Amino acid sequence: MNIRNILDNLKKPFNKGEKWEKFAPAFNAFDTFLFVPNHTTKHGAHVRDAVDLKRTMITVIIALLPALFYGIYNTGFQYYSQLGTEFDSIDLILHGSLKILPMIAVSYIVGLTIEFAFAIFRGHEINEGYLVTGLLIPMIMPVDIPLWMVGLSVAFAVFIGKEAFGGTGMNILNPALTARAFAFFAYPTYMSGNQVWVSEASNIDGVSGETILGMLASGSSSLPYEPMQMFMGSIPGSIAETSTLMVLIGALILVYTGVGSWRIMVGSVIGAAITGLLFNLWGANELMSFNWINHLMVGGFAFGVVFMATDPVSAAQTVKGKWIYGLLVGLFCILIRVFNPAYPEGVMLAILLMNVFAPTIDHYVVEANINRRIKRSLKTVKIP
Amino acid sequence: MHPIYSRLIMSKDIRIKNGLSIKIKGAAENIVKKAVFPKSISLNPNDFHLITPKMVVKIGDNLKAGDVVFYSKDNQDMKFCSPVSGNVKDIVRGQKRKITEIIIDTDLLQKSKKFKTSKFEDFKREDIILSLLESGCWPFINQRPYDIIANPSDTPKSIFISTFNTAPISADIQIVLDDQKNEFITGIKVLKKLTNGSLNICVEKGNQTFINEIKDVVIHNVSGPHPAGNVGVQIHHIDPINSGEKVWTINPEDVAIIGRFFLTGNYTPLRTIAISGPPVKYPQYYKTIAGSKLSELINDAGVNDDLLRFINGDVLSGKTVDKDNYLGFYNNTFSVLREGNHYNMFGWIPFINNKVPSIYKTSFSWLFPNKKYDLDTNMNGEERAFVVTGEMEKVFPMDILPMQLLKECMIGDIEKMENLGIYEVAPEDFSLIDYSSSSKIEAQQIIRKGLDLMILEVG
Repeated sequence: MNIRNILDNLKKPFNKGEKWEKFAPAFNAFDTFLFVPNHTTKHGAHVRDAVDLKRTMITVIIALLPALFYGIYNTGFQYYSQLGTEFDSIDLILHGSLKILPMIAVSYIVGLTIEFAFAIFRGHEINEGYLVTGLLIPMIMPVDIPLWMVGLSVAFAVFIGKEAFGGTGMNILNPALTARAFAFFAYPTYMSGNQVWVSEASNIDGVSGETILGMLASGSSSLPYEPMQMFMGSIPGSIAETSTLMVLIGALILVYTGVGSWRIMVGSVIGAAITGLLFNLWGANELMSFNWINHLMVGGFAFGVVFMATDPVSAAQTVKGKWIYGLLVGLFCILIRVFNPAYPEGVMLAILLMNVFAPTIDHYVVEANINRRIKRSLKTVKIP
Repeated sequence: MHPIYSRLIMSKDIRIKNGLSIKIKGAAENIVKKAVFPKSISLNPNDFHLITPKMVVKIGDNLKAGDVVFYSKDNQDMKFCSPVSGNVKDIVRGQKRKITEIIIDTDLLQKSKKFKTSKFEDFKREDIILSLLESGCWPFINQRPYDIIANPSDTPKSIFISTFNTAPISADIQIVLDDQKNEFITGIKVLKKLTNGSLNICVEKGNQTFINEIKDVVIHNVSGPHPAGNVGVQIHHIDPINSGEKVWTINPEDVAIIGRFFLTGNYTPLRTIAISGPPVKYPQYYKTIAGSKLSELINDAGVNDDLLRFINGDVLSGKTVDKDNYLGFYNNTFSVLREGNHYNMFGWIPFINNKVPSIYKTSFSWLFPNKKYDLDTNMNGEERAFVVTGEMEKVFPMDILPMQLLKECMIGDIEKMENLGIYEVAPEDFSLIDYSSSSKIEAQQIIRKGLDLMILEVG
């Protein structure tokens, strides 16, 4: 094993008692990326499952890829189809890649730098969670957001959203949505309106585009899109959330491998469907009478529910809690869409809100479990 | 099923749904070989959790089988006796002069101290307890809560005996009991008198044996993946332990030792031990005695590699021992694994490392549910912050929230631990959580510490 020997040699200055000992987590991150380490079990079970955090996180990234590729394609498509010039699919992919890849690069560079710094400062290994967060953040931003805003949002999310609470596994809010919420409230003009959802819309006069939810919120009743387009995703929106089909492929990967919670996903869809249906019956404004099935396909609902509501750290953690949490995410998503036209997209705020309430939901599930045990002990008290 | 419902239906069939049966190469074959009588044996106080030994013998003392070697400092009635006749060769001490091993050279004569048990059928409860304490048979009786040796002054609400193992490559109890059926039945008769409640025997569903014919006991048919054979899981579904209650548990082969003691008046802790594991050349059963020297057994069974892990017990919950050490007091399985201190290039990429079964479908292992694996002791990853929820519940078939209980054990909040069901669990019930944790959490260790804290604070 040649590479192994080279690595072992390189590692020497990072070993205990050597001069770069402090920076060992940084080197280990690189080392364990190449090789699963030779650690053996010391306590407890002598054999261990093949799964580790790297593998679960990589599975999530694989599940994100279809939506990402479609997002790159759709970015180009939205741009060129409005420009009116001749184009082929290479043009679309090139245009999308040029827009999106730098955002991903900025997100990873800024986020991982902070993660590495914290790991070295705190003396723990680098957790793999940011690999997912770092990809999610650009995927849920509007395509024309300046790179420095991406960087700033990432820094805010990692510092305030995650490390301030103690790092991976401790955060209350989903870090990717924290980044988006930060950008949304700090730079609203870059995050909403009809100038941000299509590439170059603010620079070229002929190009513009409003999201379907934005159109509905402003009261227009005739939509220029068919439900099939909403499902396939050739509509304006944040980079990778537009295609319900691609998100569904990702959902299948997550559920099939067991990495993502199907209870949260199903719960959310049921919650949103019921709420949407009830509003359909009411029908007081355009968003209320918008068909409930379409509600599930437009905006970030599908993407948020599959990839962010299921974040195990910020979601409810008990089995029953996951159902309740999911149902409420769906309910609040539609509720916010319908009643709050200032934020036509509800899923971000719905998930963040439920992130805050997830510990409360779990608390009641745990209390129910405790009460069952107390009841049982009262029942079985025997009179001697 | 929710335990309350399962009690209402009064069904004696219990189906465990959550769990994982890990298939490993090298399960012991149905060959029982008589081992050479060991030249030396050991009594290891570490086998008896929280017992501080008070020595009775000195180096050089001549002992008969059944002579007291040490007793418990906290309870002088609880005696630990020599399984063989011979001379005390050494009393090994570790850090802070803690006794770690008492080695006895056997004289091969196997002279036994004679206990008066001929009229055991007429014995009252007190007489039985006294005989068990005097003869050194008492330590075979364990209690829940806390998973420690039972306190002889307690009266348990029920007694549980699980007569099948579901842990990977562990001993088949039917083979172990094959030539000691009468002893087992006698043991059951005796133990029945120790409780006012029921004596519960859990059998593997669909496996009709002599145990199903035993009278005056409650037989439960249990089915499902590991940990269905763990007595703690069975208690939880049949007669769960509430605060202040005690349930006693005894391993089936130890029931036979107790039975033999009352039939013969001799203390002879015979063991039929399964030697298993992927590197073992001839995985099979050996008839020997508790505390035997391991090297003789290992040499006979043969091992294929140099860098090996030897385990007293099964691969999920056993204790690591050195090749030159001795068989434990309780285990009927002795497992051998290859040490997995190797690197695995890009082994974390899904579907790259398919050599290890997983609760996740991120390797192809799930395509071959009957394939047996050559597992080693590699961690397959590094310890990380706790992230993925829901995976513990997949392998934990009790109405207890495992993650919440573990967290309270880490914090040491006595009241919450009690509320969340600490009285019902033992470390072995969390062994699959050790196995399947993607953050590589040491759940068994955390639970043991939690239980010890409870003993200290609540008692």
